[in-house]
Amino acid sequence: MAEVEETLKRIHAHKGVVGTIVVNAEGIPIRTTLDNSTTVQYAGLLHQLTMKARSTVRDIDPQNDLTFLRIRSKKHEIMVAPDKEYLLIVIQNPCE
Amino acid sequence: CSTCCSSRCSSPPPSPRSPAPRRALGGTWRPGGCAGGAAAAPRAAGGEQPEKTSGAAMEIVYVYTKKRSDFGRPCNFSERAAEVAVDIAPDPGAAAAFVPRNPVDAHVQHASDMSEHEVNTERVEVETRGVNHTEGGWPKDINPHELEQTIRFRKKVEKDENYINTITHLGTLMEHCIKQNNAINIYEDYFGEEEMAEVEDEPPSAKTINVMRDPNITKRTATHLSWHPDGCKKLAVAYSSLEFQQNVKDMSFDSYIWDLENSNKPELVLKPSSPLVSLEYNPKDSHILAGGCYNGQIAYWDTRKGRLPVEVSTVEFSHRDPVYGAIWLQSKTGTECFSASTDGQVLWWDIRKLSEPTETLVLDISRKGLLENALGAISLEFEPTMPTKFMVGTEQGIIITCNRKAKTPPEKIAGTYSGHHGPVYALSRNPFYPKFFLTVGDWTARIWSEESKESSIMWTKYHLSYLTDGCWSTVRPAVFFTTKMDGTLDIWDFLFKQNDPSLSLKICDEPLFSLRLQDNGCVVGCGSKLGTVTLLEISSGLCTLQKNEKTLATAMFERETKREKILEARHREMRLKERARAEGRDEEPREEAEEESSAELLQRVRSDFLEAIEAELRRRAQAEAKRLRAKVPGTEEEEESKLPEFEGEEEEEEEEEEEEEGDATKVS
Repeated sequence: MAEVEETLKRIHAHKGVVGTIVVNAEGIPIRTTLDNSTTVQYAGLLHQLTMKARSTVRDIDPQNDLTFLRIRSKKHEIMVAPDKEYLLIVIQNPCE
Repeated sequence: CSTCCSSRCSSPPPSPRSPAPRRALGGTWRPGGCAGGAAAAPRAAGGEQPEKTSGAAMEIVYVYTKKRSDFGRPCNFSERAAEVAVDIAPDPGAAAAFVPRNPVDAHVQHASDMSEHEVNTERVEVETRGVNHTEGGWPKDINPHELEQTIRFRKKVEKDENYINTITHLGTLMEHCIKQNNAINIYEDYFGEEEMAEVEDEPPSAKTINVMRDPNITKRTATHLSWHPDGCKKLAVAYSSLEFQQNVKDMSFDSYIWDLENSNKPELVLKPSSPLVSLEYNPKDSHILAGGCYNGQIAYWDTRKGRLPVEVSTVEFSHRDPVYGAIWLQSKTGTECFSASTDGQVLWWDIRKLSEPTETLVLDISRKGLLENALGAISLEFEPTMPTKFMVGTEQGIIITCNRKAKTPPEKIAGTYSGHHGPVYALSRNPFYPKFFLTVGDWTARIWSEESKESSIMWTKYHLSYLTDGCWSTVRPAVFFTTKMDGTLDIWDFLFKQNDPSLSLKICDEPLFSLRLQDNGCVVGCGSKLGTVTLLEISSGLCTLQKNEKTLATAMFERETKREKILEARHREMRLKERARAEGRDEEPREEAEEESSAELLQRVRSDFLEAIEAELRRRAQAEAKRLRAKVPGTEEEEESKLPEFEGEEEEEEEEEEEEEGDATKVS
């Protein structure tokens, strides 16, 4: 329990990190540092996108699997670390 | 009756039909048909009369009677020879109605017949609406709105061991990427500066991005387009039918404001009392639009207030013909506009008081202010950077520049430019060099300089169809657009090619009537005769300023202006000479003198030239002589003898010159 706290705190403390969200398999945000509406939006959308990405990777090569997903946009970068049951989402503003 | 199904049939049924045993038995056979609910009583063989039918019940009944004792009897078939039952001979007379066909093509195909069908679904109406999401995914027993329950759920999940392991693992993965991001920005723009140096050699092209059609059944011409002043996200289009007296009764008078996001349905409908011929957004206040009507009135709308005009000018003081041009003026209040029409007047209005115009001007180029002599205005031009001047293009092909601040009304007309054979449909100043303006009319587009009043400085070739509208590009000084009656849009790059347009696109089959470029210079809208407004995005080659373009364009315009000036001067000289010749025709000796003077001019020029050469030669000879004198004194004489010859010639020339000068004074 404390490990998780420490890990998430450490992640959030990095330079440029705007928000951290932990989402479970049903899309329910477990832990978040952003406000509720934004969290719900990110959770729902990224969950679907991760599913799609994973299925794409596996369709191309069934022995392959998705390990990480990075979406770079004009304003910031969204990083998604997927797992079977949970999803860790971090939004970072990379240094310019 | 089984053959003709009539109840009063008197013909006996054909014999093969009748059941054989009955025949043989001579059983009851009722000739004449069917009777409703007839009696089955056997009749006497002799009494073969058609039975009267009971008219009320018209059932068709086939009665088959057989004696009870006849049932069950063995069939007694007998053979008999074939006999012809019916023989219908062909009627040779009927052949006359037919023509023999020889040869006859007959084809046989063992395939099923196919036919082509088209199906088009009805256009789907799409509307944008918001959807309210509520949180989903929560297990059934938990109410997402209850904070306690959700917190409890979350805490439970966090205590799960799987969760802890997963998060730790994912955490390390994530940290790696975050650190990576922080270390180097791998997505930075590496070759940013060099990108600009790439010259795009792609050929010019344009892409249709939107098409907006007139939703009414009777289509009207899109006569004027006006972009929304901020951001150009909306387009106001004026619809009217410019065919003289061909207005259909149910033609709607509406004009529309379209939002580019939704090209199926106009965003706002403007309902004037008479169709709008021109429509303009107020550049200062984007909610206000001024429109000129077909019947000569001016109306103005406020988009916040609805579809009816806020105010309309009174009929007595308005124009008497359709208002072809209505432009907003640059004033402090932002409420002034002016309009021009083919009735020969230019009227200034203040929209706060549209009951009468604030100023009028009659386009009479003889400067007498007579309405009968006035020229009909069909296009109007105003540049906000030069607020006191404006230009009017007339139906007679003359462009009139006017000065608003002149003291007396006749003096308002500053100058005229003539050169078009037909009405000047469009007039526009170059946004970079306001001294040069573009006019579109008859079959050409012409570029004029304010300084040369006799003719245009540059023009396009004569096209096959009439040119209807034109405008300059707002980003490139030498690029302009024109539309034609055959539905093509031409983009001309005058620095690159003057004989042909750089890009010629056929937008539609019907004539294009109006054209308007967006402020960014990339998107152009054109309106057609059937009310279809097409928006095109032109390739970046035609809407980005090239490196030396401004200087090159200035140089080109200056060069052409200079050429025109020289031509004008020559023409003037020739005209003067013509006039002088006409005067001098009475006296013959004078005439000869005049003729001589032109020949002698040449002579004089030639002699001057020769003199200069000879002077040079002389100088050289003298220098030579000086050198040679040191060596041989004898040659002196030769050179000296040359001199008197020259002198003699000179004297002759001088005499000629004197004569010429005398003539020249007579001429002047």
